[in-house]
Amino acid sequence: MDNLLVAENIVKKYGDYTALNNVSLTVPKGSIFGLLGPNGAGKTSFIRIINQITMPDSGLVTLDGKPLEQNHVKDIGYLPEERGLYKSMKVGEQALYLAQLKGLTKAEAKERLKYWFDRLEIGDWWNKKVQELSKGMAQKIQFVVTVLHQPKLLIFDEPFSGFDPINANLIKDEILKLREDGATVIFSTHRMESVEELCDHIALIDKSNKILDGKLLDIKKQFKSNTFEVGVSADNEAVLRSVLENKFSIAPASFKSIHEDVKVKIKIDPSSTPNELLSFLTNQGQVNHFTEVIPSASDIFIQSVQNN
Amino acid sequence: MNHLPLITKREYLNKVKNKSFIIMTFVSPLIMVGLGLLIGFLTNINNNKERVIDIVDESGFAKEIFADTTSSTQYRILNTIGLAQARVDVEEQEHYGLLYIPKVDSVRQLEKNVKFYSKDTPSLTLIAELESKIAKQLTDINYKNNGLNIEKIKEARIRVDINQESYAGEKTSKLSGGLKLAFGMASGYLLFMFIIIYGNMIMRSIIEEKTSRIIEVIISSVKPMQLMLGKIFGTSLAGITQFVIWVLLLSVLSVVLSSIFGVNMSEIQSPQQEIMEEAMKNGDIQEKIGLLLNEIYNLPLANLIVMFLLFFIGGFLLYSSLYAAIGAAVDNETDTQQFMMPIMVPLILAVYVGGFTVLEDPHGTVAQVFSFIPFTSPVVMLMRIPFGVPMWQQILSVVLLFATFIGTVWFASKIYRVGILMYGKKPSYKEIYKWLKY
Repeated sequence: MDNLLVAENIVKKYGDYTALNNVSLTVPKGSIFGLLGPNGAGKTSFIRIINQITMPDSGLVTLDGKPLEQNHVKDIGYLPEERGLYKSMKVGEQALYLAQLKGLTKAEAKERLKYWFDRLEIGDWWNKKVQELSKGMAQKIQFVVTVLHQPKLLIFDEPFSGFDPINANLIKDEILKLREDGATVIFSTHRMESVEELCDHIALIDKSNKILDGKLLDIKKQFKSNTFEVGVSADNEAVLRSVLENKFSIAPASFKSIHEDVKVKIKIDPSSTPNELLSFLTNQGQVNHFTEVIPSASDIFIQSVQNN
Repeated sequence: MNHLPLITKREYLNKVKNKSFIIMTFVSPLIMVGLGLLIGFLTNINNNKERVIDIVDESGFAKEIFADTTSSTQYRILNTIGLAQARVDVEEQEHYGLLYIPKVDSVRQLEKNVKFYSKDTPSLTLIAELESKIAKQLTDINYKNNGLNIEKIKEARIRVDINQESYAGEKTSKLSGGLKLAFGMASGYLLFMFIIIYGNMIMRSIIEEKTSRIIEVIISSVKPMQLMLGKIFGTSLAGITQFVIWVLLLSVLSVVLSSIFGVNMSEIQSPQQEIMEEAMKNGDIQEKIGLLLNEIYNLPLANLIVMFLLFFIGGFLLYSSLYAAIGAAVDNETDTQQFMMPIMVPLILAVYVGGFTVLEDPHGTVAQVFSFIPFTSPVVMLMRIPFGVPMWQQILSVVLLFATFIGTVWFASKIYRVGILMYGKKPSYKEIYKWLKY
């Protein structure tokens, strides 16, 4: 079994409003799966269905080959976007309570909490009340509570919001380590740089429909435009420019360079190869810069949503 | 996985360990007893103030009327000066007031012609006291004038005490009536108070869960229904704890404090007490206590206690599930106002129906009907039971109550499930109706 989570033809309606329209997704085991989409696209509705907070009107979700059931709660760790803690409760008590709700015994929970609190250097918060903590501190505790019961599937909705860069990095490393240890991660965010950094699979939901999914690399290949950024220096820049303009479709480019280059983006025909372009350019002058323009996750997001 | 005990325990401990809850638990009885003492004290001061009332008497009856002066008011008859002069003098001396009894040909003319002058509007009780005093004496004088013998009239007066007995041979009396009324009223009001105080507490704790945004974390682990029931049970237990402590503290404190300050708490009277006292007027103290114990013993105690528990639990759960639904539907406490109406109307109706119609006739049609409607039955039926309600009626009412409770929990959990995940907008009744179909 290569897929941990399979959702088939999920439909969810709220009254007349359709939140999810026949959405199917497969999340491979051991992947970090980016669940992307504009605000209100239906991501949270989908995540709530996986967590059995709401039931789909139709469709089937299986976890590790079995249809979702109440017992799966202990296999899933969920860090919602709208998250918080009981303000008047002590950190330790609260973490113990939430861990027990996930099916751990009190002793187990205590032992694991000690490990995590030491690891994140928050051991001395145990007897503090949540209202005495800063937002970032509370987020750390929520992170610990989410992963404490060692679930197979972790769902993080905007996990880095509220963290300073240092702590965001710390959490990022922890997520990567959890994946190494065998967990599968569903990761929902609007921060495209973290998608770029972490995700190996993505799915894009827009207006209640899935419009894109697959390996991030494959999607990037699919979205490549055969465009190259080049920097060429020549004796006569004007002549070079007109030669290029006549032969290719070009656009101005800007990148850092220590040379006095003619900087352009050149889009080539899918039938010709980058090598042909390079050899043509070397004949025109000194080639100081030659890179393929790879579509960023952000570009893919914007382009797909706009075309939808 | 059944997390209900765990959730209930957390709710209970969280409530009980809360500082303001602890303070409320121990300070409220102090405040209540303190207020009672203060009221008693103030009433005493108010009554003890010596009033002087001057009297200008042209009729010559005043001497007879005000012969015995046992009250705290002092009456002085001014014989030598006229009314005009007296008004000036009395005002200068700052006496309480001036009573003027004009010269008349017959006693009857005094019915409309006695006057009272004072700086401010005189106290109602004083005027009533004066009126009854004058009327009584003038009546006696009138008897005499008409050649009737007062002693004979007094002797001829007959008092009747009706001995009440039901067909089943059960003897009752005014005393037991008062006792039943006291028991019924006390349990009805107790439930009413309990619902308002702790229903609100449940509502607030659900709103807190929403505003702190912990709700989504929790319901990814447990079913919303479990969470809601856990909150209701935990809060109810905390409420019972607080109530028991209140009752204990109140009884201890009122005994201790009233013996220290010498204020008799029973002077602050309720209507039930008056009825009972009226009934106990005759006989010495031992006989009274014996009578009272006998009456208590004669109440169907087992029936009362079992039904009290059932109606109390059922009634509270019924209303608390509605409070839970409201808490889930809104974002903050100010938004709860518009939804409180449907809860408060039947509750207040129950207390009023209980207070008036049950007092009037415990088995009248209105009292009977309201003791079956589940939203009013806990209060009304509790008030009726001491007067003897057929067992089938009691059981039917309990069954209806619990069946409705299951209905409201279903209804509340539907709203709860959707409502706890809705943020940022104030829902309307229409929207909540739509949630039922999600």
